[in-house]
Amino acid sequence: MTKSSSAGDQAAVGRAELAAPRAALSEAGKRRTDSDAGIDDSEETIREALHPDIHDPIIDVASLSLWYGEKQALFDISMAISKNKVTSLIGPSGCGKSTLLRCFNRLNDLIGTVRIDGDVFFEGESILGPDMDVHLLRKRIGMVFQKSNPFPKSIYENVAYGCRLQGISSTAELDLIVERSLRDAALWDEVKDRLHDNALGLSGGQQQRLCIARAIAVEPEVILYDEPCSALDPIATSRIEALMRTLTKDYTQVIVTHNLQQAGRVSDYTAFLYLGELIEYGPTEQMFVDPRRKRTEYYLTGRFG
Amino acid sequence: MNKQARTVHPALHTQAVVARLRKRHRRERRFRAYCIAAVGFAVLCLIFLFVDIISKGYTAFQQTAIRFEIFFDPEIIDPDGERDAEMLAEADYAALWRQPLLRAHGEVNTRALRRELYRLVSSGAAFQLQRMVANDPDLIGHKRTVWLLASDEVDMVVKGHVSRHLPEAERPVSDRQLAWLDNLAAQGLVEQQLNRRFFTNGDSREPEEAGILAALMGSVYTMVVTLMLSFPLGVATAVYLEEFAPTNRWIDLIEVNINNLAAVPSIVFGLLGLAVFLNFFDLPRSAPLVGGLVLTLMTLPTIIIASRAALKAVPPSIREAAYGLGATPMQVIQHHVLPAAMPGILTGTIIGLAQALGETAPLLMIGMVAFIVDVPQGFTDPATALPVQIFLWADSPERAFVEKTSAAIMVLLVFLIAMNALAVYLRRRWEQRW
Repeated sequence: MTKSSSAGDQAAVGRAELAAPRAALSEAGKRRTDSDAGIDDSEETIREALHPDIHDPIIDVASLSLWYGEKQALFDISMAISKNKVTSLIGPSGCGKSTLLRCFNRLNDLIGTVRIDGDVFFEGESILGPDMDVHLLRKRIGMVFQKSNPFPKSIYENVAYGCRLQGISSTAELDLIVERSLRDAALWDEVKDRLHDNALGLSGGQQQRLCIARAIAVEPEVILYDEPCSALDPIATSRIEALMRTLTKDYTQVIVTHNLQQAGRVSDYTAFLYLGELIEYGPTEQMFVDPRRKRTEYYLTGRFG
Repeated sequence: MNKQARTVHPALHTQAVVARLRKRHRRERRFRAYCIAAVGFAVLCLIFLFVDIISKGYTAFQQTAIRFEIFFDPEIIDPDGERDAEMLAEADYAALWRQPLLRAHGEVNTRALRRELYRLVSSGAAFQLQRMVANDPDLIGHKRTVWLLASDEVDMVVKGHVSRHLPEAERPVSDRQLAWLDNLAAQGLVEQQLNRRFFTNGDSREPEEAGILAALMGSVYTMVVTLMLSFPLGVATAVYLEEFAPTNRWIDLIEVNINNLAAVPSIVFGLLGLAVFLNFFDLPRSAPLVGGLVLTLMTLPTIIIASRAALKAVPPSIREAAYGLGATPMQVIQHHVLPAAMPGILTGTIIGLAQALGETAPLLMIGMVAFIVDVPQGFTDPATALPVQIFLWADSPERAFVEKTSAAIMVLLVFLIAMNALAVYLRRRWEQRW
């Protein structure tokens, strides 16, 4: 009894917090633009902006809310992610894009104080439910991080590590997997002569492609990218983007990015998050050319965020 | 644009800033001088310590010996000619060196004089001859040149630690003994030789016979027990607290206690060991096993705290990378976190062990302060430890133990420096950069 009431309290706190920044935002909007009346879109526009036609969804987010301790980071997010497409999550810093991404492979579990409401379904199975083995989930949904984080081991061992975890130990098999993964990650030609050198000797862009090779070595179905290019120069960035385009035929990819041009270049669908809420979700082209909601338009045109 | 001249705050005029900068630079130099002075003071103390110990102790590695032509007289050793080991052991070996010495000094004719003459040579000399015969009975009936240890008083005079210019009553060697000694020396029969006994013997009441090996082995056995117990226990505890423990009041309590234990005086651990290991579990007294257990208790907090710090310093990105590939927590820890934290863990462990190696007080409480002549052969043999041996020798009245004490300190320091060097080596070897 007391338990449920305290949960209710927390939810209430969350709602109050939700209301506050919204008010602050509209205050800011008033000061900034004269035509602020349009920032609150009509019900119908909102429905249209949030429910695009998604073919063949592989991940389905259902009314997901998330709290870090007392602070709510995600508010009632629902979206489906299309198979073998690139979906990008955009929005200003702290809007919850990375948090949402980390729900897909339950990396948020590592933080002790997280509480989650709602659910995420991966091919119909509940990701957050008690029946999901998180280690299997993370094998099927791989991840590439913002800061390239190869293990302080050889290039070969980095790529082979995931397979070793799955019990593949024959050198011949591993050799094949390592080569195939490095080729798929467009890194093979650069490193084939120094596979047993320490991975930390690679350049930043190479390290990030190595991390992609490491992720695809275990043949996941989905790859999550958490701002994969934020520490890279434009040339390295373009190589990663090209790589992502070639990977679409085999993998579903979700990318969190700060870089709007990048979202426009690589993704098929784009979701715009703001202060923990999903504001708009739809095909990238439509979103960038003709955003349904005012706030999206403001963000894309650089008027806030 | 604003054409009016901007008013600059007087404190920010370049001249004012320059004036103040001079003051700031002076202060900077003074601060640096303080720091250098502190370092200099520490270095001076260290130099003083080393010079003092080495200058006092280096002579202990040599020992005065006197040359004898010993005839292993069958009449004395083995009158029956049966070579029976028991009979051989009971013979009067002292006579073997006393007779030639007496013959060389015809003027010695009273019992008191004879005794004075005999005191030139260590009382351990007879045992040395006995050991020679026991090892090789064929010596009987032959003549050999043997270097016998001089007594510690003679040794002190030869090394100059006891001045021969003191009045006779104030020095341990009489005028007559000095004359005999000079006479022997003039014939080239007195020599300072490398003191192997110091490294191969246990303790002895005779300073010239006393050695460090028993204490050294006691320390080694104790350290082995301490390492075998405290390293796995400490690392496992640190891993649990850092990687698995939930955040609740119990864990907080454990943490506070571990941090407090690191500051508990070591003698308290000795009392605990006395009460628990000796009185309750009835383990043998003076044994390295118990010493190791007590030192484990003392070392654990150090290792746990150092290991936790090392684990905390492992970048979370490495954990995330491994978890992101589907590794289980144990695999993440085993494959990535522990190897990355190893340099820090090893450093902490070795510092803890070095601390334990130099620890005396808790060992006193569990009886490792005994007079140990035989080198311990195992973990339950009575033993003492290096620092306790130093304490025992420092407490002995004989002048000759002063240099032994310093020499033992040198051995202990060499041990400590070796351990720290190992720590540095391991840290260098395992260190990784990201």
